[in-house]
Amino acid sequence: MNDLSRAAVLPAVEQSAALAVSARGLVKCFGEVRAVDGIDLDVARGMIFAILGPNGAGKTTLMRMLATLCSPDAGSATVMGHDLVTAPQEVRANIALTGQFASLDEDLTGRENLLLLARLWGFRGRAAAARADDLLAAFDLSDAAHRQVKAYSGGMRRRLDIGASLVVAPGVLFLDEPTTGLDPNARHGVWRMIRALAAAGVTILLTTQYLDEADQLAARIAVIDKGRKIAEGTSRELKAATGSGFFHVVLADPARLAEAARLMEARLSGPVQRSAEGAELSIMARTPKAANEALAALIAADIELAGFSMGSPSLEEVFFALTSASRECETIEEEAA
Amino acid sequence: MNDTASAALPVRLVAVTRPPAPSALSNALVFGWRAILKFKHLPEQLFDLVMTPIMFTLLFTFVFGGALAGSTGAYLQFFLPGILVQTVSFNAVYSGMGLSADLGKGLFDRFRSLPIWSLAPFAGLMVGDVLRHLIAAAIILAIGLVLGYRPEAGVVGAVAAVALLIVIGFGFGWIFIVLGLLIRTPTTVMTLGFTLQFPLVFASNTMVDPATMPDWLRAFVEVNPISLMTTAIRGLMGGTATFHGITLALAAPAILTALLAPVTLWLYRKQ
Repeated sequence: MNDLSRAAVLPAVEQSAALAVSARGLVKCFGEVRAVDGIDLDVARGMIFAILGPNGAGKTTLMRMLATLCSPDAGSATVMGHDLVTAPQEVRANIALTGQFASLDEDLTGRENLLLLARLWGFRGRAAAARADDLLAAFDLSDAAHRQVKAYSGGMRRRLDIGASLVVAPGVLFLDEPTTGLDPNARHGVWRMIRALAAAGVTILLTTQYLDEADQLAARIAVIDKGRKIAEGTSRELKAATGSGFFHVVLADPARLAEAARLMEARLSGPVQRSAEGAELSIMARTPKAANEALAALIAADIELAGFSMGSPSLEEVFFALTSASRECETIEEEAA
Repeated sequence: MNDTASAALPVRLVAVTRPPAPSALSNALVFGWRAILKFKHLPEQLFDLVMTPIMFTLLFTFVFGGALAGSTGAYLQFFLPGILVQTVSFNAVYSGMGLSADLGKGLFDRFRSLPIWSLAPFAGLMVGDVLRHLIAAAIILAIGLVLGYRPEAGVVGAVAAVALLIVIGFGFGWIFIVLGLLIRTPTTVMTLGFTLQFPLVFASNTMVDPATMPDWLRAFVEVNPISLMTTAIRGLMGGTATFHGITLALAAPAILTALLAPVTLWLYRKQ
């Protein structure tokens, strides 16, 4: 694992009481699959922390463990100072969870959903109704209060779902892929809401497979792949660790992509990333001089370029660099074994 | 969502004072309230609930009644307690189907992440079940009375029979709750449940006197819990109930509860 910012994390680690979430060596297996394979996590109170990873990386399982929905096979964790295994009810009193799929009763109206939760938290009669109406107003759902949730749009559901997590102020709000499946407008609405909640002092731990989401929202990001944390830091730290000198070229002729990639790999001795579509290649070049030599090699080979640039990697490139590095390590381990 | 709302409101929203933690009973009643809301929002379920017993009572009485008992009136007197048991056992499927649907949608993830009594959601299902059994029993009794059924033990007998029915329904409920926890598609819960229940309900004394059945089948019918329950209900409504008979009728619900309640809790926690 690349620990990119040990110095920056240290003060928070020393005072574990100030941590909203603190996990050590969490493991969860489903049969042969180690969905979560020894994850350490420290989330300071009051921050937005993102767990970034592709589908099947173990993000949701990790979050479900921290929300007491499934118990770890190994390791330990505290949430707001309460142990996950020995004090699950205290953990539950301090968290709220908004799952990946709207955890709402579709048959009931929006208001009835909130009333149900308000009463389960102990609000009675008028107080429960007042709380439900407050939340509906805050999430711009007053007009839809008496409609069944099955008639809500995706964005409305998400808002109600997040509102339902705020019936009492949680110490930690878990958001599992809060914007998956939303249109850009609804997505930005949810982002604003998350920022406002963090500003109001709620610790937010969210999972996402969108790099821009982690980049936009989170103070810290943990990158997870195949159940392991492969990197952690601020967005800037992650980018800096991958290398500030990222060299991109766009070929005029996509047919020569493989040849160009070979040349660049030979010159800059690192893995080349190909964009999903279009004839783009990116590779880490530690210095402009090295990039310049690679460029010269391409031109010498008569490969026509539509463009080239040098700059910071996007979080996407960081992510691919990190995940491909972790895959290479595995291959080497496997070969050694 | 406009900017001013989302930027200004969270501080106020988050500044809410927490109410004291509610009791387990309060949690259970809230889930019961949810079950009642379902009746309001799913009128088609209510239609099923009302129409099925009406249809069965009328069909069996008028189609088979004369042939089986000599007259429709005589058959109704025999059959009505049986249709009560049959209806309650089939109606127990609803809570299992509801549970399966809830689990499929992730609603229970939220419930399980709340600091509530962990069995409260099931208590709520039971409230819904009891209401369904009461509605169905009331309808069947009303039709029976209109068609000429007369419980010899009068109102007291009928009330005692309904009370026993609810206990029976409670016992059957566990089967479907366990199926609901195991199976993610509500319709599979229904089909599988009915596959288990049909032989039990039909190979019993609910519809016909087992005297004409072959020996091997009669041997089964006599120990079939549905038969024992029907005999007890007949006894309560006809004024011939024995302590022994009622104990036998309660055996299956008691065993089901003792066996499946811990299984339910285990499955629920394991999810």
